[in-house]
Amino acid sequence: MSAAVKPMITLEEICAEAEKIRLSNPNLGDKIVSDIYHNAEMIAGPAVSKNSTDSRSWDHKLDDILTSRLFGYPIMFALLSIIFWITIAGANVPSQMIADTLFAFQDQLLIWFELAGAPSWLTGIVVLGMFRGLAWVIAVMLPPMAIFFPLFTLLEDLGYLPRVAFNLDNMFKKCRACGKQILTMCMGFGCNAAGVVSCRIIDSPRERLIAVLTNNFVPCNGRFPTLIAIATIFMGGMVVSELQTAVASLVVTSLVVLGIFITFAVSWALSHTLLKGEASSMVLELPPYRKPQLGAIFYRSLIDRTIFVLKRAIIMAAPAGAITWLLANIYIGEISIIGHLAAWLQPFAYAIGLDGFILLAFILGLPANEIVMPILLMCYLSTGQMMEFGTLEELRDILINNNWTWLTAVCTMLFCLLHWPCTTTLLSAYKETGSKKWTFLTFLIPTIIAFTVCFLVAQSARLLNLV
Amino acid sequence: MGMSNSTIEKHHKLLSEHFGVTTTPGQFTVALAGNPNVGKSTVFNALTGLHQHTGNWPGKTVDNAQGSFTYLDRSFLMIDLPGTYSILAHTVEEQVARDFICFGKPDATLVVLDATCLERNLNLALQVMEITPKIIVCVNLIDEAEKKNIKIDISALQKDLGVPVVATAARNGKGLDILRQKLYEMSTGLCTVAPRQINYSSEVENAIQQLLPKVSRLIGSNLNPRWVALRLLDGDEAFINSISQYLDFDLHSTRLQEVAV
Repeated sequence: MSAAVKPMITLEEICAEAEKIRLSNPNLGDKIVSDIYHNAEMIAGPAVSKNSTDSRSWDHKLDDILTSRLFGYPIMFALLSIIFWITIAGANVPSQMIADTLFAFQDQLLIWFELAGAPSWLTGIVVLGMFRGLAWVIAVMLPPMAIFFPLFTLLEDLGYLPRVAFNLDNMFKKCRACGKQILTMCMGFGCNAAGVVSCRIIDSPRERLIAVLTNNFVPCNGRFPTLIAIATIFMGGMVVSELQTAVASLVVTSLVVLGIFITFAVSWALSHTLLKGEASSMVLELPPYRKPQLGAIFYRSLIDRTIFVLKRAIIMAAPAGAITWLLANIYIGEISIIGHLAAWLQPFAYAIGLDGFILLAFILGLPANEIVMPILLMCYLSTGQMMEFGTLEELRDILINNNWTWLTAVCTMLFCLLHWPCTTTLLSAYKETGSKKWTFLTFLIPTIIAFTVCFLVAQSARLLNLV
Repeated sequence: MGMSNSTIEKHHKLLSEHFGVTTTPGQFTVALAGNPNVGKSTVFNALTGLHQHTGNWPGKTVDNAQGSFTYLDRSFLMIDLPGTYSILAHTVEEQVARDFICFGKPDATLVVLDATCLERNLNLALQVMEITPKIIVCVNLIDEAEKKNIKIDISALQKDLGVPVVATAARNGKGLDILRQKLYEMSTGLCTVAPRQINYSSEVENAIQQLLPKVSRLIGSNLNPRWVALRLLDGDEAFINSISQYLDFDLHSTRLQEVAV
C-alpha cells in the first residue's frame, strides 16, 4: 500500500515537460479549444434541424448591422450624438425655470435675513455662498441628468451596450486589455467611483489595474454639466442659432470619443510598460434585444442615479460654497485670499490655456467635480461687481467679462475631461487596488495628460496666432 | 459500490473541507452545471423545491446553492454550480465548477443545455464528459426551441454522445420525471454509459501522447489522465494549484490512515 502511495514522479517534473511541449507547439491552448468547438459542431449538426425559411431572424440581421466593421463605429457615434443633442436641447427650458424659481427664492432669503438683522458675513456664507452654490448645482445639473440618464438606461435596456462591448473588444485586445473594460467605462459615465469599483468584474489583476487607472478618462456626470454648458455657450455660440445645439452636442460627443481614445492609448502604454502581459479572452453573450421596461428605466435612472448624484453634489456643494465665499471675502491687503491664490497660479494656468481662477476651481473641486463650475463663478463674481446669473446667456457674459476666449473654453473642457479624479474615485481606487502606489498613479497619469494636452493646444494656438 | 469505508470517509472529509458540502450517509451527490441563462436555476428549483440552502464556496465569493430531494426512497443532494460557458478555468466561477466536478466526484453530473443554441452549449457538456462519465445531458427550453422551429433529435443526440439525454421544459415541469429517473439510474450504477471522447487534431493528440504515460503514473486511476494531460499542456495555473492541493490531500489523509492502522 505505502509503496503505491509514494508517487514515482512529481507534478513539477510533469509540468516542466508540459511547458517544453507547449513551447514547441505554439497556440496549443487555442487549438485545444477550437477542437472542442469543432466536435460540438459535428455533434450538433445532425441532431439539430432548423426548419424555417428565413433562418436569419430580424435580430440577427440587426446585429449584423450594429456590429459590422463598416457601420459599427459610425452608429455608436451617431447614437451618442443624438443622446447629447436631446439632452442639450431638452435641458435649456427646465434649467431656466428652475434657475428662475431658485434665484427668486434667493432674493426672498436676502430680504428675510435683512429683516432678521443677520450680520452681513452670515448672510454672505449662507445665502451667497451655500444657497447660491446649491442653486447653481441643481439648476444646471438636474435637467441634463434627468434627460441623459433615462436615455442611456434605455440603450442599456434595449441590449445595445453589449453590442458596444463587442465592437470595442478588438480594440481592447490590441491594447492588451480586457474587453470587459468597456463595461466599467459605461459605469464611469455615471460615476467614476462606481466605475472603479465595477472593475472587479475583470478577473486578471493586471487588466483590472489598467481599467482602474484609465476609468477617469470617461467623463462622469459631475463633469458632463460643465462640458455641456461650456460647449453650448462657446462652441454653439460661434454658429447661427439653429445649429447651436447640434454643434454643442457634436463637441461633447467628440470629447467623449477623445476620452475613449486616450483610454486606449494609456491602456496600450501601460500594458507595454508597467503592466506587461497578454490580453485574456472573454466570453461575451449578445443577449436578445428586449422591449424596454419603461417603469424600470425611470426608476433606475431617476431614483438610483439622478437623485443619488444630486444628493452627493448638494452635500459637497453647500460646504464648498461656504468655504469659497469665505476665501473670496477675506482680504489680505488689497486682494482676497482667492485673488492671491489665483495670482500665484496664473503663470502655470496661462501656459495651459486657462487662468488662475479656473485652475484654482479645479483644485478646490477635488472633492467633487460637480462643484468646479460653481466655485469658478463664485470666484469671478466675488472679484467683480455682484451680478445675478442663472441662464446660460448670463453665464456667457460672466465668462467673457473675465477674458474667456474660445481657447479658454477648449482648454477648460479638455482639462475637465482629462484632469485628476475626484477624492471619492481615488478612495475607491485605493480600496480596490489596496496600494498607495497605484492610487497615486490613478491621480498622476490623468494629471500629466491633462497638463500636456492643454499645454500643447494652448501653445500651438498662440503660436499660430489663432487667438 | 466498490468503495471501502475508509475511502468513503476520506471523500466526505474532502467534500466538506474543500467544497462545503456535507452529505448524510447513503445520500448521492449531484452536480448541476450549465451556461448562464439556460434555466439551470429553474431545473434546480423544480427538482429540490424548498429544500435548499445557500452560501458561498469555501474561500470564494461565488454563490453556492445546495438542495435535496428524494426519489425512490433514495436521497439526493444537488449542488448548483455557477453558470459558466466552459470549465477551462478562465474565471473563478469556472474554476469552482471544474474543481467540484473533478475532485468532488459527484455521483452524477447534470449538464443543462439551451435547446435554442445547442451547439454552443454542447461545448460545456463535452468538457464535462472529459472529466467524468457519470453525466446526464438535459436539453432544456425545448418548448422555446419548438416555437423557433428548431427540432432536436434527442435519440440521435443520445446515441452520439453515449450518455443519457433528456429533453425538458423545466418551467412547465415537462421531462422532470424522466430526469429524476435517469439521475437515480446513474447514481446507483444501473445505467451503462460510453461517453464520446473529443477527437483532437493530430498536433494536440501527439502532445497528449507524449505526456500521457507520466501523468498516468502520477495520478493513477483517480482522474482521467488524458484530461489532466490536456490541462497541463494548456499551462492552466489554477488547475495545477488545484491538483497539487488535491494530491497533497490524498497523500496526507492516506498517511493519516496508515498511522491509524
